[in-house]
Amino acid sequence: MEMIGQGIVAALKMLSSGDAELVRVTLLTLRVAGTATLLSVLVGIPLGVLLALVRFPGRNFVISLVNMGMGTPPVVAGLVVSILLWRSGPLGRLRLIYTPTAMVIAQFIIALPLVTGFTLAGIGQLNPKLQDQITALGASRWQLFWLLIREARLSLLAAVIGGFGGVISEVGASTMVGGNILGKTRVLTTATVMEVSKGNFDTAIALSIILMLLIWLVTYALTRLQQGGARVR
Amino acid sequence: MMKWFQRFVVLAAITALVGGCGGAQQQSQQPETQQAAQEQTQQIPSTETSSEPETAAEPQQPAAPENPELILATTTSTVDTGLLDVLVPMFEERTGYSVKTVAVGTGQALKLGENGEADVLLVHAPESEIPLVESGVVVNRQLVMHNDFVIIGPADDPAGVKSATTAAEGLKKIADAGATFISRGDDSGTDKKEKALWKEAGVDPKGQEWYQETGQGMGATITVANEKMAYTLSDRGTYLAQKKNIDLEIVLEGDAPLLNIYHVMQVNPEKYPMVNGDGAKAFVEFMVSDEVQEIIRTYGVDQYGEPLFFPDAGKAEEELTGGN
Repeated sequence: MEMIGQGIVAALKMLSSGDAELVRVTLLTLRVAGTATLLSVLVGIPLGVLLALVRFPGRNFVISLVNMGMGTPPVVAGLVVSILLWRSGPLGRLRLIYTPTAMVIAQFIIALPLVTGFTLAGIGQLNPKLQDQITALGASRWQLFWLLIREARLSLLAAVIGGFGGVISEVGASTMVGGNILGKTRVLTTATVMEVSKGNFDTAIALSIILMLLIWLVTYALTRLQQGGARVR
Repeated sequence: MMKWFQRFVVLAAITALVGGCGGAQQQSQQPETQQAAQEQTQQIPSTETSSEPETAAEPQQPAAPENPELILATTTSTVDTGLLDVLVPMFEERTGYSVKTVAVGTGQALKLGENGEADVLLVHAPESEIPLVESGVVVNRQLVMHNDFVIIGPADDPAGVKSATTAAEGLKKIADAGATFISRGDDSGTDKKEKALWKEAGVDPKGQEWYQETGQGMGATITVANEKMAYTLSDRGTYLAQKKNIDLEIVLEGDAPLLNIYHVMQVNPEKYPMVNGDGAKAFVEFMVSDEVQEIIRTYGVDQYGEPLFFPDAGKAEEELTGGN
């Protein structure tokens, strides 16, 4: 317990000193997880809406794949991306292994099924008559898409939060494809693991506290958006 | 509709901001790295020449190498002790290379070399390195430094290891007493050493009730051993770094087979066309240079009261092992 107290003190010290390395690690964490989440939202929300609305043979199978993907262990995503990006791998020429880009790719693979799955569930929950009604009122496909997204916005923001939470907390993929390289690919989670193995538990606790603060800040902003959106009618 | 659209724009703006921060951060990364390097080199007394303040004030850009990316595969111990955090920024500043340090077990580091995934290796398992030299996977292998392994265990020493004179005898006592022993089990340099010592002791610990494998790094393994009040084999550097957190103490040290010898080597660029031969050569030369050897000699003294590594560049391995 004493250790946690020391950790909190260390966290406050690190935060107040504006340690350059800490700032860099925190910004990289935000940048990688933010980019991966943005990409997965751009792809996952339309994909989820499409899967919710369009009936086609094999749909249930595709949905089961999405649901399975929601449980993708980060290390599996990391391993797959590593094999692709290693010099001996098919994309080795791109020299992306051990770069933030590689981490974004791996996190995108983790977040995409989460965003798609939550979107699918959110849109699927809407009254099916709504779609007919909107179409009957002469809405174009594009307008239908936007109106449904608007109706399901609570679930969609949950999808964004879910995707973001999934990637900012993962460590397995980031370690594998990023390598936890000082000044280049070290993020808060991989730094925490490293500090634990170095025996610097107070630093590790401090990093954890900063990570939790960061997650809270981002999800708070998203929650404001979500709940604000719910009030305006 | 418009309200919601506005909100979507706000969300997009937040995300763009996050991306933007990243971009700005990337641009400012270079000076920060130099600043960090500068801070770190300043911690090391008397090794920097008088030209240091000048280079610090206005970082002179070395001629950019043709291929600036260099992947260094090394062991967790060199990173966990913080040594590479001092040396790598210094190397980058001098040469203009951008080093990606991948800290893994020695087994995996050697494998990365064998697949041409890394350019230069800094590892500590001589018996496993020799075959790679012979098969031409690595070239320009040079002795850098050594420290030693220690057997740590509970202070009351239930297996009586303290009375043993050799490491093999100590392990034999642990096996005879059936005292819990925590192994890395991760094919790292330490793990390879441990396996060799068991062999010497004539004990096959695999599958025994008292023998447990963590599959994790040294720091984590020490933590597990400490929780279970068990014995384990550790490099001295990681033990010293963990000492403040644990109750275990050194029960056996100083036996010749416990030497932990680090070599640096280039992955053969003629064998793997994507390997950065020039950068690897520069790193090998850097590691055995007088200046770096001097840093290694004093590294850790201020923090632990004793050095973590002993520089050995230019020596023959036989001088350390006494011809064994």
